[in-house]
Formats: sequence, C-alpha cells, structure tokens
Amino acid sequence: MFDVISIASRNLLRYRRRTMLTLLLIVIGMVAVLLFIAVAGSFRSMMVGQITDSVLGHLQVHRKGYVASIDNLPLNLNLKPPMVAKVEDALKANPAVETWSPRVKFGGMFSNFAETTSIRVNGIDPAREAATTPLLPGRMIEGEKAGALIGRGQIVIPQLLARGMKTKVGDTVVVVATNRDGSVNGKTFVVRGILESVTGPGGRDGYVHIDDARELLRMNEAEVSEIAVRLKDFSRLDRSAGQIKAALEGVSNKEGKPVLETHTWADLSPFANLAKMIDLMTLFIKVVLVSIVLVSVMNVMIMAVFERIREIGTIAAIGTPPSRILSLFLAEGLMLGLVGTVAGTLLSLVAIFGINLWSPTFNFGMQQNLVMAPTIAGGDVLTIAALVVVVAVVASLQPAWKASRMDPISALRHV
Amino acid sequence: MSLVTATRLTKTYRVGDIDVPAIKGIDFAIEASSFVAFVGPSGSGKSTLLNMLGCLDHPSGGTLKVLDTDIATLDRRAAARFRGEHIGFVFQDFNLIPVLTVFENVEYPLRMVQLSGNKWPAAKRKEQVLRMLDAVGMADQADKRPDQISGGQKQRVAVARALVSQPKLVLADEPTANLDHDTAYRILELMKKMRDEFGTTFIFSTHDPKIMGEAETTFTLEDGRLQNGGSHV
Ligand SMILES: Nc1ncnc2c1ncn2[C@@H]1O[C@H](COP(=O)(O)OP(=O)(O)OP(=O)(O)O)[C@@H](O)[C@H]1O
Ligand SMILES: [Mg+2]
Repeated sequence: MFDVISIASRNLLRYRRRTMLTLLLIVIGMVAVLLFIAVAGSFRSMMVGQITDSVLGHLQVHRKGYVASIDNLPLNLNLKPPMVAKVEDALKANPAVETWSPRVKFGGMFSNFAETTSIRVNGIDPAREAATTPLLPGRMIEGEKAGALIGRGQIVIPQLLARGMKTKVGDTVVVVATNRDGSVNGKTFVVRGILESVTGPGGRDGYVHIDDARELLRMNEAEVSEIAVRLKDFSRLDRSAGQIKAALEGVSNKEGKPVLETHTWADLSPFANLAKMIDLMTLFIKVVLVSIVLVSVMNVMIMAVFERIREIGTIAAIGTPPSRILSLFLAEGLMLGLVGTVAGTLLSLVAIFGINLWSPTFNFGMQQNLVMAPTIAGGDVLTIAALVVVVAVVASLQPAWKASRMDPISALRHV
Repeated sequence: MSLVTATRLTKTYRVGDIDVPAIKGIDFAIEASSFVAFVGPSGSGKSTLLNMLGCLDHPSGGTLKVLDTDIATLDRRAAARFRGEHIGFVFQDFNLIPVLTVFENVEYPLRMVQLSGNKWPAAKRKEQVLRMLDAVGMADQADKRPDQISGGQKQRVAVARALVSQPKLVLADEPTANLDHDTAYRILELMKKMRDEFGTTFIFSTHDPKIMGEAETTFTLEDGRLQNGGSHV
C-alpha cells in the first residue's frame, strides 16, 4: 500500500500546476460549504433556540381550533380543568417530555393613566414558565433578572410598549380586558420588568401571573388557553411530537370527536420557513460541492490515464495485477480528495475562528446588533470531509477502471 | 524438455470483416539458457510472435507452451501473474517509469508485481536491486531519474528491471531500434553476459542485420512463416 501511495503522490506532483488547480477548486468548495453551514446554521439554531426557548416552547397543545384564530386570542376555546388534567396525564406519561407550562392568553387595553394602547398578555405560572422557556428571564432588559419571573400584581411588558408609553419599572399601570361573557374588567399592576423583543409570534407579548389573568377575566375555573411543552431532546422533536399528538388524539368530547390539537414550534412560527430555506440552501450548496469535486477530479483523472497509456501498458506487460493498477489511480483520486479536504477544513476552521474574533454584528427583524458567532459541529465537518473524499474516489473509479482493463499491447503501441 | 515449444502456431488478426493472418502455422522449440533472435522484414510477424511468447496475446490456432504452460489457457489475471513470475520484458523505447529513480525502476517488479508472500523482504530486495544495477553497470546512477540518463543507460536499467525477479525468460522486441550501432551492440553484449551469469533465456527480435549476428540461434520469419526452422551458429 505504501508503494501505491508513494507512486500516486509522485504522479500528482508531476503535473504540479494541474494538481494545484484541482486542489484549489476542492478547497474553495469546502470552505464555501463549511462557512455557509457555520454562519447560516448557527444563525438558524440561534433563532430557533430563541423562538422555542424564550417564547413558544418546543410544542404547544390547544383546544381544537384555537391556533386557527390565535390572532384574536379567543377566550371561548380554552381548556377546562378536566381536559387540562388529561393533557397533563399524557405529558407525564411521555418520557421525552421535560416539563410544560399552562398559559392563559388574552388581549386587552394597557393604560398608564395618560395613554391607552392594546396589549397581548400571557398569564403564566412563573416557575413552570421559566422551566419551559429558559431564555425568557434573560430577555429582561430592565428590572431584576433574578428571583421569580413574576409575582401577583406584577406585569412584565415588552420593550416597544414601554418605550411607546414611556413606562418604567415600578410604574403602576392598568390592564382592562373583556371576558368571555362580554363584560369588561380592569386590574392594576406594577411593572416588574421590560422584555427585549424577539422574532416570531409572542415575541412582543406581556406577562402576568396566571391567577391574576384568571381573576381579571373572571374565570371561576382554572382554565388554560395553551400548554407549552419542553422536550428533553429537541433534536427528536418530530418523533416526540408525533407521540404526543397520537396520545392526545384519543381525548375526545361527548360526540367522540378529538378536542385537542398539537403544534410544533415550526407550525406556529413563520421563521420555520426561513429555517427550511436555509436547510434547502445547505443541501443545494452541498450538491454544488459534490459536483465540483466530481467533475474536477474526474477531469484530471481522465487526463492522467490518457497521458500515461504507455506507462500503463508497460506496468501491465511486466505483470502488475489489474487490481494494483486500479488502486494506483484510485489512490491519486483519494489523495487529491484527502489533501483538498484537509486544506479546506483547516482554512474553514481558521475562517470561522477569524469571524468569531472579529464578531461582526447584524440586524434581523426587530433585533439589532445580533453578534455573528458561527460555530460548526465536528460531526458536520466530518460528514463534509468524508463526502469530499468519497466523491473524489468515486470520480476516479471510471478512469482507474479503464486503466486497469487496458490491453498491454495496444497501450504499448500508443503514441 | 524445451523452455518454449510452438506447434502449428497461427495468429490471425481480424480487421473489420477481413482476416489478416500474421503467423501462418509455425513450429519451433527453444531450449533453456539460449540466446535467440527472431529476424525478418517489417510486417513478417516478429512482434506478433513475441507478444504471444510473452502471454500478452492468445494464439489463434496451434499451441504455444512456455515453461510447460499452454498460454491459451491463461486468462487476464493469470497471464499477468505468469508474466510477473516468469517473464522479463525489455522494450524498444525503454519504458522506464518517469516518476521513479533508476533504483526504484529496477525495484518496481519486486514491490508491485511479486505479491506472493514476502519473497522479497526489504533487505533482500535492496541487495538484489543493487546486484542487478551492478551487473548492468548502472550502480553509480541509482538515484537518477530516467530523464537524466542516456538511451543506452536507460536500456541497461531496463535489462536490470527485466532480470531482477529472476525470470526464466526475457523477451525483447527490437531492444536496439532506438540506439546507435555501438550502443546497440553493447546492450546485446550485456544481455548475453546476463544470460551467462544467470542462465536466463533471451529471445529478441530485430531487423538490423548487424545485430542478428549476436544471436546464437536465429529464426527468420517471412510473411508469417519460418524460413529454415531455426539455424544454429
Ligand atoms: N493489432 C493488429 N491488428 C491487425 N493487424 C495487425 C495487428 N498487429 C499486427 N498486424 C499485422 O500483422 C502482421 C505482422 O505484424 P508484426 O507487427 O508482427 O510485424 P513485425 O515483424 O513486428 O514488423 P516490424 O518489424 O515493422 O515491427 C502485419 O501484416 C501487421 O499489419
Ligand atoms: Mg514489430
């Protein structure tokens, strides 16, 4: 094997410029792919993480029909306590579920006694909400981050509202809401904190204690609008969501129709489309990489075989087994792939490291000065590297096969 | 038992729909350790015959036995193995491998062809290569590349390569056609010396009358037929 590698590498060095050009193509392709995966991939997971871990949770359970009219925050589609208990039983029974948080969602009017505006509010159980959306406390840009997220009589309001209404932490405000029966009720709150806005639905909602919400809405039962669920392993979202959906499908009303619906974050956030697009582009750029490697390696290998027909005739005549001749040329492709991969990987890692040192900022939606911090998983690097090496070998397969099948007499006669 | 025996040997090429007979039924035998020339005008069938002797091509009819093996029975891989084990080749245009040094060119058959076990462990291999280079007078050029030595020197290296794995038979199709007369003569002398030293049978072809005289046995081919059944000097 050493001999095959040594002869192959010398043959590559024999056409130094051509080899370099091919390597350059492989390196450029690798750097493009790895950088894209690092930048777009970490943007994607940052955004997804933000959406799931600070607002939506991994998936949500509602009464059937709620999500279709979620913009109006209907109060007549809440889950009644027996239904909530059934959902909680199902979630408890599923080992993939880490925790969940019941919410009462409503729309109302927000007043600082001088001005009034509309507001969307989540009534939450602070401890359960913090466990389900662990990034939520971190969004607090004003007010105490530590301690309970919210207490009775307190409200956390979104940044834009605070700015527009010139409201500060500690101010007293009034929230007025219409309950299900159409009567209006109001309640005063003290501003506990101000939340940074994030992308996606719910990114500009306010938060109050769930008991305050029920009191304001004059609920005489512990109703729930939605249950946000956090899984132990987000990467298995689709499987776990499927299981939960199947389990809740069985919960039906008197007419035997299912009464619950389950949605993943992707069903609820428009960012999922952007995430899908990023995935598609990643796939596309991988296909481009594969084509570049395939065509460039195949091209040099076809030329290499053509230029060396007489040499092939010679080594075949003196008894080199066809399998050896095959491996001589495969080794050339393999080494092109390996060297290109190593160089491309190193360059990419240096570039990713460089971007992290430089840490450029960018804006996305309402969010400003997001820091670009590309990272790449070792698994991704290995997958791409293996892909390039395999494609390089595959690309040399046909030329190498041709070389190994050559008839020594006609190869030796070739001019 | 002869090293090579040909019986009613024929070879016909097929070009399109036309049969081109190149060897038209010949019989001969070659003894071990002989120094044999096939001579004849261009197109008389010398290369065709040497290709069959070297198991590079199959006969169309008759039998050709080399070292007791009917070469018609060898498939591609078996033929390659047979050549690697038993036959050395010297080519008209030397055909050294350009990326290998003189030493490595001679070493090549031991590393890349002789795959059966560790018949040639590194130390023994080096000794054998040096011995061959010494025998052809190229030991002092061992580290040079083929493009750094002359045609005559290349052919010496090629002779060393053909002999390094100690084959019974060395075939050389027009080994001197690309060399000037003096050099050609010296290559023939070298091959004869190697025959004396190692007992290897040499079969070469030529159409140069001055070189023919060097052979101990000469077969004259004329239009695919042997003229005199082999004349001994
Ligand atoms: N591959 C082939 N296909 C068809 N005809 C061939 C082929 N090889 C050789 N011939 C024919 O066979 C005959 C013998 O050719 P061969 O090459 O054996 O002659 P030669 O004695 O070696 O000639 P030279 O001295 O020119 O090398 C010629 O008529 C030639 O045209
Ligand atoms: Mg010829």
